[in-house]
Amino acid sequence: MRTVDRRGFLRASATSLWAVVPAFALLRPVQDTVPTAGPSGRLWDPNRAGPSLQPVTAEDNDAAIQAIEKRLKCTCGCGLDVYTCRTTDFTCPQSPKMHAHVIELTKAGMSGEAIVAQFVSEHGLEILMAPPKRGFNLAGYFVPATVILVVGAVLLVVMRRWVRRTTPALAASAPVVGSSASPAELERLHEALRHTEA
Amino acid sequence: MTLLGSLALWVAFLLGAWGAITGFLGASRERGDLIASSRHAVFAMCGALLVAVVSLEVALFRHDFNVEYVAAYTSRNLPTFYIWSGLYAGQKGSLLFWATVLSIFGALAQWLTAPRHRVYLPYVGAITSLVAAFFVSVMLFGHSNPFERLPYTPIDGRGLNPQLQNPGMVFHPPMLYLGYISITIPFAFAMSALLSKRLDTDWLVAIRKWTLLSWLFLSVGICLGMWWAYVELGWGGYWAWDPVENASFLPWLTMTAFLHSVMIQEKRGMLKKWNLGLIIGSWLLSIFGTFITRSGVIASVHSFTQSSVGYFFGAFLVVSAVASFWIYAKRLPLLQAESSLESLVSREASFLFNNLLLVGIAFSVLWGTLFPIISEAVTGTKITVKAPFFNQVNIPLGLALLAFTGIGPLIAWRRSSLPNLRRQFAVPAAGGVLGLLVVLAGGMRDFYPLVAVTLGSFVFVTVVQEFVRGVSARHRQYSEAWLLALGRLISRNRRRYGGYIVHVGIVILFIAFAGMAFKTETEATLRPGESVSLRSPYGWTYTFTHLGVSQYDALNRQVTAATVEVARNGKRIGMLSTEKRQHVDAEGNPTFQPSTEVGIRSDLREDLYIVLAGVVNGTEQAVYRFTINPLVWWVWYGGMVVALGGLIVMWPGGGAVAVRRAQAGYAVKLVAEQGKPS
Repeated sequence: MRTVDRRGFLRASATSLWAVVPAFALLRPVQDTVPTAGPSGRLWDPNRAGPSLQPVTAEDNDAAIQAIEKRLKCTCGCGLDVYTCRTTDFTCPQSPKMHAHVIELTKAGMSGEAIVAQFVSEHGLEILMAPPKRGFNLAGYFVPATVILVVGAVLLVVMRRWVRRTTPALAASAPVVGSSASPAELERLHEALRHTEA
Repeated sequence: MTLLGSLALWVAFLLGAWGAITGFLGASRERGDLIASSRHAVFAMCGALLVAVVSLEVALFRHDFNVEYVAAYTSRNLPTFYIWSGLYAGQKGSLLFWATVLSIFGALAQWLTAPRHRVYLPYVGAITSLVAAFFVSVMLFGHSNPFERLPYTPIDGRGLNPQLQNPGMVFHPPMLYLGYISITIPFAFAMSALLSKRLDTDWLVAIRKWTLLSWLFLSVGICLGMWWAYVELGWGGYWAWDPVENASFLPWLTMTAFLHSVMIQEKRGMLKKWNLGLIIGSWLLSIFGTFITRSGVIASVHSFTQSSVGYFFGAFLVVSAVASFWIYAKRLPLLQAESSLESLVSREASFLFNNLLLVGIAFSVLWGTLFPIISEAVTGTKITVKAPFFNQVNIPLGLALLAFTGIGPLIAWRRSSLPNLRRQFAVPAAGGVLGLLVVLAGGMRDFYPLVAVTLGSFVFVTVVQEFVRGVSARHRQYSEAWLLALGRLISRNRRRYGGYIVHVGIVILFIAFAGMAFKTETEATLRPGESVSLRSPYGWTYTFTHLGVSQYDALNRQVTAATVEVARNGKRIGMLSTEKRQHVDAEGNPTFQPSTEVGIRSDLREDLYIVLAGVVNGTEQAVYRFTINPLVWWVWYGGMVVALGGLIVMWPGGGAVAVRRAQAGYAVKLVAEQGKPS
């Protein structure tokens, strides 16, 4: 039976200690970094921070891509446009995919209009945040203003009729209001009335 | 307690039905005993519904998770502040809240109405009882009883949606509900006037405070909703033209139209048909709002869960509309104007155009809200109608309305002469041009913001001119000190000058809305110590330095907070923190998807709005969205000014006296015009 002498034991212990130190270092949680650009520390519980994200790319901030995405509705049911959804609801599974699709089509050399048309062909007109100005949907844009203009014109005609009806009655009663008043006095009277009534 | 609550609901329903039947019968047959019984039923129904509310609150605070509603909307670790709001967080509780508040308003109308207007009360009691009984019936027969029990008792509840755990959501829904619900009282008075054929201006005086109250509640409720959306939803805006937002805006528009056109009826005896139509329309729009919030007929992020109550509300809406307008049509011959328009250039005419625009915008919003359904019915294709559509259609209309906000007060009642118009318009028009020049010199070139600033300046100077003239007149006539003259000017004619203050609030809101045209934003991924810069519309450069991410536990959530140091043009101005919150139940299990809390630094010029999108691979490398929103604080200030003006208008005392004075003046003029001795 092989015996371990005291010196051998100490040497083995010291050697194993050297092996433990790196393991301990690996197990030790990484400290929060100080505010200087350096390696990022790991979060204690990454799950609490929501789904892991990819770093932002130049395309994410591309104004042309954002403009396209603002015309397209996210299909997750949130009712937001793709850009707003992907920069607001970070748990949405749809908007990042749609964003990636827009980037892919842009890289393929398609124009903004062509990309929007491509989405319409894939998802139908519902994908647009506002209906296209053609066919029946044109009515959506012009009916409110047309109705207001038509009603305004009718109102104007009716008001003119009211005024015509009222003017003779006023003329007949004009002497009572102040037959001896000069135009300047009448104007002052109206001004005073205006201040009293308003 | 829930048994008591259920019982109270049944009692309230029976009392409501009884109050409605006896009220209608008593009023039509002039039976005093039935009228008294109906009145008692209104108070008793209010008491029964209050018992139901207390029962539900007790269940909520006692965490009685055997009650399905309590388990669905609260949890053991929900902060006490939000347990109270659990009452109206869900469909069933909100129906109870609606019915209870309506019964309180109904009882207050019976109690507080002045003796000279009590002739309207029997029908008012009948109508409020009928509407409240309808809401109770939806709870009892529409599978919406908030006291429904589960076959088992969960250990903990699901908790309140994290987005509703915000102070804004404690105050915003009740305010909006109060606005919606209180419209029922003016509607009940209007229907009472129609049914009893008492169609002089007396009913208008009776509902004056009620209309102002509901308009004020709607205004405050809408502003609080905008604030909540801005601080909680994280998309960086406050109004998205969502169907539910639109539903709150519709009655606000028609009530605003009414508050203007009613002045013409009070002063000139005109527009009787129009005013009645506006009140009926406003009430129907409030029910329509309830219908689209609860029916699921139009998709909205703000909607309650789709349920069968939509059928109840749809049927109620149709029946109410048919019945109201049938009675209205029958009474049209009695609604003749007492005088007519004297000139196209008069305040009456400008108010008519103001009404046209307000109702036109309401139509436009309603049209846009319903257009997906209309288009699908006609073309068979589904479409989406969102913010780009509404902005395109409504911004020009809104700006035209802003112009009329300034034009109206400058034109005299009855008629205006050319010299008078010149004198009135000269300074405000110059103010508008000056405003335009200032922003042009500042480099602004966008069309709509330029128009908004020009018109806003015009309206603001109009209001200032009115105040200056009024104060100067008092100072000259009574030798009052300037401040005293200002105070007395407002207090002696609260309606007029309170109204002007509301106009200032509207100007502030328009300018603030225009500010959002200059919003700038960027996304960035930052390691601790890294920075990103963003240039604001004012030309400053903001530098955002990511300091790090920390994680900690709070009462009912696990928080991941990212902190950013902010510098403006190289000078440190503070730190901002934005969070991811994972809400958990009492056992520590996640209950909802992680939500985002934005970091906001506000000043009068712009808001820095920071959102933590998430982290990269579980490290402190954070993905942010940085937004600079100009003039946002002015939206809240504008809302406060509108509310202040509304409060001044409805403050007891001055208004009624002013109305009587105006009516007396109008009567004297009528006599004079007819050539009769007074």
